Amino acid sequence: MTPTGSVPRPARRAVLRFARERTAVAALAALVLVALACLVGPGLTGHDPERAYPDLRQLPAGLTAQPDAERLGPALERLAFRMRARLDAVERAGDTMRLTLASDAGVDRRSLIYLPRSALFGAPVILDERDGGRGLVVAVPIRRLHFPLGTDIQGRDLLTRCLVAGRISLAIGLAASLVALLIGVAYGATAGFVGGAVDAAMMRGVDVLYALPFVFFVILLLVFFRPSLPLMLVAIAAVEWLDMARVVRAVTLSLRERDFVRAARALGLGTPRILLHHIVPNTLGPVAVTATLLVPQVILLESFLSFLGLGVQEPQTSWGVLIAEGARSIEAAPHLLAAPAAFLIATLVALNLIGDGLADALDPRGD
Amino acid sequence: MIRFILRRLLQAVPTLLAVVTVSFFLMRLAPGGPFDLERPLAPAAMENLRRVYGLDRPLLAQFGSYLAALARGDLGPSFSFRDQSVLDLIARGLPVSATLGALALALATVLGVGLGIAAALRRGGFVDRLLGVGAALTLSLPSFVVAPLLQIAFGLTLRWLPLGGWGDGAPSHLVLPVVTLALPQVGALARLTRASLAEALRTQPIRTMRSLGLPPARVTRHALRGALLPVVAYLGPLAAALLTGSVVVETIFGLPGIGRYFVEGALNRDYTLVMGTVLLVAGLVILLNLAADLACAWLDPRLRVSA
Repeated sequence: MTPTGSVPRPARRAVLRFARERTAVAALAALVLVALACLVGPGLTGHDPERAYPDLRQLPAGLTAQPDAERLGPALERLAFRMRARLDAVERAGDTMRLTLASDAGVDRRSLIYLPRSALFGAPVILDERDGGRGLVVAVPIRRLHFPLGTDIQGRDLLTRCLVAGRISLAIGLAASLVALLIGVAYGATAGFVGGAVDAAMMRGVDVLYALPFVFFVILLLVFFRPSLPLMLVAIAAVEWLDMARVVRAVTLSLRERDFVRAARALGLGTPRILLHHIVPNTLGPVAVTATLLVPQVILLESFLSFLGLGVQEPQTSWGVLIAEGARSIEAAPHLLAAPAAFLIATLVALNLIGDGLADALDPRGD
Repeated sequence: MIRFILRRLLQAVPTLLAVVTVSFFLMRLAPGGPFDLERPLAPAAMENLRRVYGLDRPLLAQFGSYLAALARGDLGPSFSFRDQSVLDLIARGLPVSATLGALALALATVLGVGLGIAAALRRGGFVDRLLGVGAALTLSLPSFVVAPLLQIAFGLTLRWLPLGGWGDGAPSHLVLPVVTLALPQVGALARLTRASLAEALRTQPIRTMRSLGLPPARVTRHALRGALLPVVAYLGPLAAALLTGSVVVETIFGLPGIGRYFVEGALNRDYTLVMGTVLLVAGLVILLNLAADLACAWLDPRLRVSA
């Protein structure tokens, strides 16, 4: 009996060995961080992912509060134009602007609503009225907005959009991998355990599927039927289960002749029961490794399809969609490509490193 | 040997038939057609077009005549490229894709296998540690991120290389697409080579050779022959990955290759062009896998018996 009771020895040893792989542990931490940020982050950035600030388009990444001194003037000019008034004087005192508006036809007080509506300023306070309504002195607080990664072509906060996109990318990665995992494990375990002609026929089928240019089929499917999330999930899962089936079959073949499986059979257990209780649990190590390396492949395929415009559709967004948007305006604003690409690549690298670490930790020949 | 090749080629027939059937019915059962323009055609004109291309006949009859034409080596006329047959288009696109693919394959193999050998010979050395993270990194660099970045760096900022286009295959037009295609595969190949060679170096015969005092270079060469088996076997699927990867690379760099024709064909509902390109890629994948298997048999005599 081990001190921890129910946790079996090999699993504990694997965990301990994984903990010693410093790169893999760091990768796991990074992945958890990205996932957490995507889950709770959009609520903390202070921006709605769809909220566009027309006066703050394609801002570069930076920590200064917006609107900054450089953008304040042009933004005020545009607002004054919309209010059909002239800006006679502009003074800045801390975070408050003192504006003197003038118009020969009289300044319409209702038009002051444009100031808070631009989202750059707070509610205006009227300080003074001159020339019988033709001049108006207004104090208006400047909002302090933060866009750490800048804004996109429509003036939406890029950080919030990257995080929201990450939710979709990660969710698709996990969901499609899970479907592929279930198909692959069921198929591989059945083929390996039943063996003989059935196994040969099933694995010939896998070989045939391997030879198909699957990515072409996925593209065909999504072009000819309208792209949608469920269709993409099915298409990706249909492509990606083959590796899993091969791995599970190979492990099952070696397990089939082991004593505990023979004993189970001698006790009269049925095939489904043996598969479920004796074979599948013992394939978990290789399955975990294959699955960890499967998730980045799936995310990559999803963003590839989304990049081509065949995957996630507006208003939903994924890293692939954002990268496609960024690639279109790469000359004017390279950060639009860099930010989502950094999220995507960091996630993929982390998952690949975790997979490598798991493979080493579960390798029975290691140390 | 020849019987083995013939049997494999025969086995490819049902696979290709499956490819034809699935893509034919997938496209035909989907809504929309090749003549749906933004301004709809007059019904009579539409009727005529459909009759000329045989689209008014029952689906199964169309499928039958497509197969019959295919057996004669005829892939039919293209729907969207006027007065051109699919064979013409393929004859123009294939050299582009094949050049890209072959160069990318060569680059990835030389770099990947070289780095892998260096890492396996010096476990824990600089190259080995570099591969630990570097392999995962190149695997995670999507071509649609790498391509625009390379365009920005070498095309716009440094102005060393053209942004895109084929330029009749001028070397300067090939560099960026080939690098984009090869990069993700370098890591995969290096990792595979490293693992395989490291294991081969641990085997009994190699240890014996070393203990007998044979020169290290000769020992390595012996180990390498066996160790390269999984690498060579991987080159088949790798070539397939390069072919499918060319869809994005050809689109971004504006190259008139097979991948580009496929995407445009799919978007224009050009049934025959899509069928032709899909069939071509499937055939190439099968041939390349066969070539990889033959190379494995040449490397390892044990595989010849079971084959």
